[in-house]
Amino acid sequence: MAIIRTNVLICAGSACVSSRAYDFKTALLEALEEAGIKEEVNVVDTGCIGTCDLGPVAIVYPDGIFYVHLKPEDAKVIVNEHLLKGRVVNRLLYQQPMTKEVFPSLSEIDFIVRQKRIVLRNMGVIDPESIEEYIAKEGYQALAKALTMSPEDVIDTVKKSGLRGRGGAGFPTGLKWELTRKATGNPKYVICNGDEGDPGAFMDRSVLEGDPHSIIEGMMIAGYAVGASKGFFYVRAEYPLAIKRIENALEQARSYGLIGENILGTDFSFDIELRRGSGAFVCGEETALIASIEGGRGEPRPRPPYPANRGLWDSPTVINNVETLANISPIILNGAEWFSSTGTEKSKGTKVFALAGKVNNTGLIEVPFGTTLGEIIFDVGGGIPGGKKFKAAQTGGPSGGCIPAEYLDLPIDYESLKQIGAIVGSGGLIIMDEDTCMVDVARFFLEFTQSESCGKCPPCRVGTRKMLDILERIVNGEGEEGDIERLIELGEEIRRDSLCGLGQTAPNPVLSTIRFFRDEYEAHIREKRCPAKSCRALIAYQVIPDKCRGCGICARVCPVGAAQGKPREIYHIDTGLCIKCGDCFAKCPFGAIEKADLVLEKV
Amino acid sequence: MDSTQIRQLNEIISRWTGKPGALMPVLQEIQEKFGYIPEDAMKEVSAKLNIPLPEVYGVVTFYHFFSLKPKGKYKIQVCEGTACYVKGAKRVLEKFEEVLGIKVGDVTPDGKFSIESVRCIGACSHAPAVMINDQVYGRMNSEKVSQLIKTLK
Repeated sequence: MAIIRTNVLICAGSACVSSRAYDFKTALLEALEEAGIKEEVNVVDTGCIGTCDLGPVAIVYPDGIFYVHLKPEDAKVIVNEHLLKGRVVNRLLYQQPMTKEVFPSLSEIDFIVRQKRIVLRNMGVIDPESIEEYIAKEGYQALAKALTMSPEDVIDTVKKSGLRGRGGAGFPTGLKWELTRKATGNPKYVICNGDEGDPGAFMDRSVLEGDPHSIIEGMMIAGYAVGASKGFFYVRAEYPLAIKRIENALEQARSYGLIGENILGTDFSFDIELRRGSGAFVCGEETALIASIEGGRGEPRPRPPYPANRGLWDSPTVINNVETLANISPIILNGAEWFSSTGTEKSKGTKVFALAGKVNNTGLIEVPFGTTLGEIIFDVGGGIPGGKKFKAAQTGGPSGGCIPAEYLDLPIDYESLKQIGAIVGSGGLIIMDEDTCMVDVARFFLEFTQSESCGKCPPCRVGTRKMLDILERIVNGEGEEGDIERLIELGEEIRRDSLCGLGQTAPNPVLSTIRFFRDEYEAHIREKRCPAKSCRALIAYQVIPDKCRGCGICARVCPVGAAQGKPREIYHIDTGLCIKCGDCFAKCPFGAIEKADLVLEKV
Repeated sequence: MDSTQIRQLNEIISRWTGKPGALMPVLQEIQEKFGYIPEDAMKEVSAKLNIPLPEVYGVVTFYHFFSLKPKGKYKIQVCEGTACYVKGAKRVLEKFEEVLGIKVGDVTPDGKFSIESVRCIGACSHAPAVMINDQVYGRMNSEKVSQLIKTLK
């Protein structure tokens, strides 16, 4: 038998796969074959490491060398230099974007050092398609332990841990289980809500892809605790890789007898089926999700009755989010106190965030509750690119709000964010810099909720339309005095009167941006000016004569012939023809094109 | 629908008949097999699963994933999630419209390309992102749009 001396772990999360991680893997396997060391080196796919913008990435063990931005042609170099001669390939190592410092090992980079990984414990460590590797990392031990406890004790442990629902609302998980256990009715169901619809959120996707067994195990423990024998995964159709990995994991668990009848020799039986969503944001709402599994239009219904009493096919049903379920096994194995020792007074444990937008390190991170926004953006996220100024962070997607710079030192938890009109939400964390117009951000989210409103209740269906109309007028320079007050009034009514969470939270992005960036609204309405120079109706592109070298690139990229001039002379932009696409601005090598306030002719 | 299609359709329906909540998975499989939901297929599903046709139509039109008309050979989906929006997805979408001469929601006359705008595809760290069939293209801009269409043409 050949002795394996090195393991190469290749990140096989969606982001790395889309940046051609598998092309690199193929090249690596070929290079190993060519070098004759194929038997000594084990190449493994692993779940999302989190450093998504550095992808494709790979880690070489035992030394833990972390290679980034891998191209197929790099495979040969790694084999010849690192694997044959033991020399680390310096040019493929991670470089900190601000300090330019080079870090050879994954465990040293600032992005990882500042994290605490409970949910993401197996990501970048095991192969998500191998049940053996999951079992080797204490997999299914929590299930075995739970089966020796009484269901009440399991619920009690989860209650004492302080775990709260990670889907956004933050409802205590143990209490939800207890309510379902006590509800009368049979059969009972467990649903894993994997309908991660918030734009800008990809935590659940990564966990489902990277550690599917941990979710299955969490569902089974939930099933045992509430007295259910059937579970459903509900996963977005937009996540084909997650669906594939869950199906594979279910099959493996079934063949190991971990799903099915009389699990581990007990009288507990449990089976799981996978159902796919079909692209409706509202289906993340639990009653809409249930309607969708039942085969109908995903429209919510009034609560109570809550699903704990009347859920799927009118039976008691517990619905937990993916990340919530990923926390269950460690809690059962290590105990409630271990879990509750992390976090703040009322928000225990960690939170996974999908960090994206105008930040250097984008990707998946997990930090303890109580970490400040500043630590996330500047320590983990590596700061704002291009020397720009941080303006706001947006949490909770279309249901959430924004956090401005003055709250960079605020410890993040469910309560603190609620106090300032934002929410923890499911974990999308979008960073915005000075170039982002906050009025247009509000318009963007409202356009989203407006089109995703299922149409069942009028406050949401009509109200969001009215708000969107006003916001569209404002960004087009047609805002009127009184618009801000009208938005606040409408927002409060929609919040109060809508049927489900979608409508009740839809005004949040608008109310939150008005609260912190009212001056931007006023500049649009009164001065017809966009301070971020982002709203097209309110800006003009123009050439800065001193900087123009007459290269003519602007004229070449302009789709409408608005950039005009002769080579080696100063160009100009015909504002009558210009459609303000910004291509010339992005392409000019000399920074000779600027965005200026559009001066309206006053009659 | 021709006889092969009818056979495929019946095969899908019979696999789910009798299972609770069968309508969604049946429609999903039809969408994947045929690229859209033909009217005849809806009628067949309605009859076989014993669900009123208006209800089937109601479900088909409720979800974005289902479409009543065929899409292009290259199904271009421009992500308009938050991260992509912040990084300029609007211009990327416009450029596709410009280069292909069609609007979002349409198919080119030769049936080769269709453009859709979609909600977050979860490729936020590669924003702005575009998905064509099952391949994701990241960090898009106007120039890359033109190049991409050239290579596909």
